[in-house]
Amino acid sequence: MAEAVESPGDPGTASPRPLMRDLKAVGKKFMHVLYPRKSNTLLRDWDLWGPLILCVTLALMLQRGSADSEKDGGPQFAEVFVIVWFGAVTITLNSKLLGGNISFFQSLCVLGYCILPLTVAMLICRLVLLAEPGPVNFMVRLFVVIVMFAWSIVASTAFLADSQPPNRKALAVYPVFLFYFVISWMILTFTPQ
Amino acid sequence: MATAAAPTGSARNGAGPEWGGFEENIQGGGSAVIDMENMDDTSGSSFEDMGELHQRLREEEVDADAAAAEEEDGEFLGMKGFKGQLSRQVADQMWQAGKRQASRAFSLYANIDILRPYFDVEPAQVRSRLLESMIPIKMVNFPQKIAGELYGPLMLVFTLVAILLHGMKTSDTIIREGTLMGTAIGTCFGYWLGVSSFIYFLAYLCNAQITMLQMLALLGYGLFGHCIVLFITYNIHLHALFYLFWLLVGGLSTLRMVAVLVSRTVGPTQRLLLCGTLAALHMLFLLYLHFAYHKVVEGILDTLEGPNIPPIQRVPRDIPVVLPAARLSSTVLNATAKAVAVTLQAH
Repeated sequence: MAEAVESPGDPGTASPRPLMRDLKAVGKKFMHVLYPRKSNTLLRDWDLWGPLILCVTLALMLQRGSADSEKDGGPQFAEVFVIVWFGAVTITLNSKLLGGNISFFQSLCVLGYCILPLTVAMLICRLVLLAEPGPVNFMVRLFVVIVMFAWSIVASTAFLADSQPPNRKALAVYPVFLFYFVISWMILTFTPQ
Repeated sequence: MATAAAPTGSARNGAGPEWGGFEENIQGGGSAVIDMENMDDTSGSSFEDMGELHQRLREEEVDADAAAAEEEDGEFLGMKGFKGQLSRQVADQMWQAGKRQASRAFSLYANIDILRPYFDVEPAQVRSRLLESMIPIKMVNFPQKIAGELYGPLMLVFTLVAILLHGMKTSDTIIREGTLMGTAIGTCFGYWLGVSSFIYFLAYLCNAQITMLQMLALLGYGLFGHCIVLFITYNIHLHALFYLFWLLVGGLSTLRMVAVLVSRTVGPTQRLLLCGTLAALHMLFLLYLHFAYHKVVEGILDTLEGPNIPPIQRVPRDIPVVLPAARLSSTVLNATAKAVAVTLQAH
């Protein structure tokens, strides 16, 4: 903590060490999401940087070009942002109302981090879309999105399930399923014009 | 970190009891929307450390300034200094009182404990209520029981939103001046809340024994039928199939709601009014959801600009548009239909 203190009126000389520490923490949580085990890391040291990075990346990639605003039915940046954050808030409120003992921000943190597999799916879909369109193209994208969707749900369940009373886990997991389904659907039906 | 903040706070104009009072107002641990005590259970993040450091430095500066100002006033201004102090104290007390009231109001309205009893359900109960919502009960002589819970209805509304999105995407619905997500959410929540309120108002006029919560729950569970019908018919596009399901499944869930309302209303006119309205709205909503989100051809807006295009064209979709190859043939089909309609209109 001592090395992190700079004089308050001197913004340009921020030490790089806390930034690296934060980035390492975010990276560690990404690893925990990709290889979900029953661990407390995401819950104990929650932060919202990871979810923000993932949400912004996803929203940027889901934007269509503004050239054909006439036929624009695709999600815009703000729409994706609002869906992700309000969806996460709704799920958190629901799990608290069902009697869960997880804190508000911890739940937001877990739900945000578990969007990582779907962001990876978006990247893969973008690459696959560079090839020629056709039914094979669609099948590959469908398969990738389904696998990543399942991965997201498994990862978030591994972290969230313990906070619910044992007989109500299904009630808390169903809205998570709907949430990731909507995001997966936005990813799958994205076609760059 | 809460303990670190408290002595700093109390050093500043007796703000100690303020913090304590706030915590007293939270009934039961962690019941407010955002748990103030849990907000502090972070560890190891440097931005929080820096934030707290800056806050502490700022507060010390403010304290130093305030102390200096008070000293100056007292030394040089005499009576005026005293009046200044008095006004400052009054302002401070008003601020504290206002803050106390605001925090009390916050913990009262943002306290989600109000809603907690309505989410006290088991999965088996939800399952049985979903199945019962499709089974009309003939016993109308004494009031039938309605479970007052909000979990099932809320989840059904969200499921309907998801199904609508699925349907809109596969049919390439083009929404201008809005977004797909916004439209779907607005439609479903608007129906659930709006029609519930309207029927509750009619029930009040007709002296029916039903509360707002029960009405919300009843209509919410009635949406289960809608979810089933739309899920099936958005994937299998046969109009005959849709009409069959509309009558069967939609009819069953409507009959169930009607039976419950009839059992709680006295008098034939009142029963007719209430149940007729609910049945009409429920069935028409399903019809609307199926056809409106099919494929509204772009001609709908061209109507406002060009005189030669017919007003609304609902183009029956027989070809699933999931594969890009099929999209071409369906656009050709739709373009042909539009051309045919224009020629017919012209004659």
